[in-house]
Amino acid sequence: MSTISENGPVARVQGGGGLSALAATLQTVLTRALQKLLDLLPLLLALVTLIGIWEVACHGAGSSLPPPSRVVSDTWQLIIDPFFDNGGVDKGLFWHLAASLKRVAVGFALSSITGIALGVLIGQSSLAYRGLDPIFQVLRTVPPLAWLPISLAAFRQADPSAIFVIFITSIWPIILNTAVGVRQIPQDYRNVARVLRLSPLEFFFRIMLPSSVPFIFTGLKIGIGLSWLAIVAAEMLIGGVGIGFFIWDAWNSSLMSEIILALVYVGLVGFILDRVITVIGNRIAGRKVS
Amino acid sequence: MTHSYLSLENVGMDFTVAGRSFHAVTDVNLSIARGQYVSIIGHSGCGKSTLLNIVAGLTRASKGGVILDGQEVNSPGPDRAVVFQNHSLLPWLTAYQNVRLAVDKVFGSAKSTAERHDWTLHNLRLVHMDHAVDKRPDELSGGMKQRVGIARALAMEPKVLLMDEPFGALDALTRAHLQDTVMEIQTRLNSTIIMITHDVDEAVLLSDRIVMMTNGPSATIGEVLEVDLPRPRRRLDLSDDARYVGYRASVLRFLYERHAKPEAA
Repeated sequence: MSTISENGPVARVQGGGGLSALAATLQTVLTRALQKLLDLLPLLLALVTLIGIWEVACHGAGSSLPPPSRVVSDTWQLIIDPFFDNGGVDKGLFWHLAASLKRVAVGFALSSITGIALGVLIGQSSLAYRGLDPIFQVLRTVPPLAWLPISLAAFRQADPSAIFVIFITSIWPIILNTAVGVRQIPQDYRNVARVLRLSPLEFFFRIMLPSSVPFIFTGLKIGIGLSWLAIVAAEMLIGGVGIGFFIWDAWNSSLMSEIILALVYVGLVGFILDRVITVIGNRIAGRKVS
Repeated sequence: MTHSYLSLENVGMDFTVAGRSFHAVTDVNLSIARGQYVSIIGHSGCGKSTLLNIVAGLTRASKGGVILDGQEVNSPGPDRAVVFQNHSLLPWLTAYQNVRLAVDKVFGSAKSTAERHDWTLHNLRLVHMDHAVDKRPDELSGGMKQRVGIARALAMEPKVLLMDEPFGALDALTRAHLQDTVMEIQTRLNSTIIMITHDVDEAVLLSDRIVMMTNGPSATIGEVLEVDLPRPRRRLDLSDDARYVGYRASVLRFLYERHAKPEAA
């Protein structure tokens, strides 16, 4: 700090106002970076502690799991080069993650559209609600992988089956949250729409969607989380390129370090997916989505 | 009443509670001339909101009907704009957008985009809200929200403006301010207004006629009081005006002597 403020007057003598302004900017940037670092300190501390405990616990020669230092040294090639492609399933982690994300993207897009549509239906019509809600309540408790055999039998191909599992896993929270959102539209808003004689389509876009966006995005957030859970499990069974299969393959070759590295990636990607949906939701709603 | 612009004829409303049907409102006959300011006053539960909703078309009467400007009312529409008790602004739209939505819907084909823009701003100016056009409802005070609600209703150029306890949720000072604004607008536009209220002073100050409702069940019009006070009215001058005090007393007598709420101890 003191060096910067000492440099200020010197800079002004040499180069006029431009340089001192630069120094001032530099100072604010540094202060902000320091603040950020302080904010992250508890997290870093926790990470160091946990990794330290792990290192100590798995340090012995007979340990069944590798310590973090071994994980890094074993998987160094995978970490520094995620983009290699030797054909078949011998690809970098980027390609495995990309393949999984592609399946999630397709399955989740389908479940979002269908889920919001069905949610609006059972939210708007009490007849549809009474008919369909009990069915949804039962189906949503079926574990993702229980759908896989049916899905394989129906599609007879790995990829559509995996996509179907994502679809059927993530659709329930989207339907149910959308329905809650639609049902909670205040009667006042409906009355405004009636006095203005909004058409059903206008009502949908001008009142129903904006009013239930926070609920819909809560459903989408839960849905994307479940999708990511389901895809890793489904890929373990169906094979091919994908992070789930990568883990299964590493298990069959007893490459524990690779499994641990993959888990880190799976966690980080899942976290990013969740954040992305939250940010989009806040943007659209113009207010906070929990 | 020489010419009836809005008339309620034998309006009745039945509700079914726990399998038993009862008459909430019966035999309401009322005719209102163009440009008249009519208040409906009564104890809570006397069906005054039901009556307003029937005129709005939001609720269908079980018996009788409503005729506005020669046409029967059977569904809600912008010719009977409603100012709701709790403003009912859409929270994701700004003050301007809330009014503009109504303007676009009512004048979408009749006015050009520029005209609709001007008309929206004109109505916000009318309620003295032109300083906050880009504010969302949660950035506005209760009184300001209600002003925007009134602007939205006025912007529809309704044949009759329906107000359901429009100042009920406001503090006394804000309420007085808003009452003055509404009087000013009514003088300027010669609007026909039906207002639900439970405030005697408000009713006498604002109305040409006060419709007093008996208690339910089977609530109906007990008495209609013509308020013959010159306009513009100023609350300070009226507070010790003999006629004002007389009108006030007769409404109070109706509400608390002849039709006191039975369960109110």
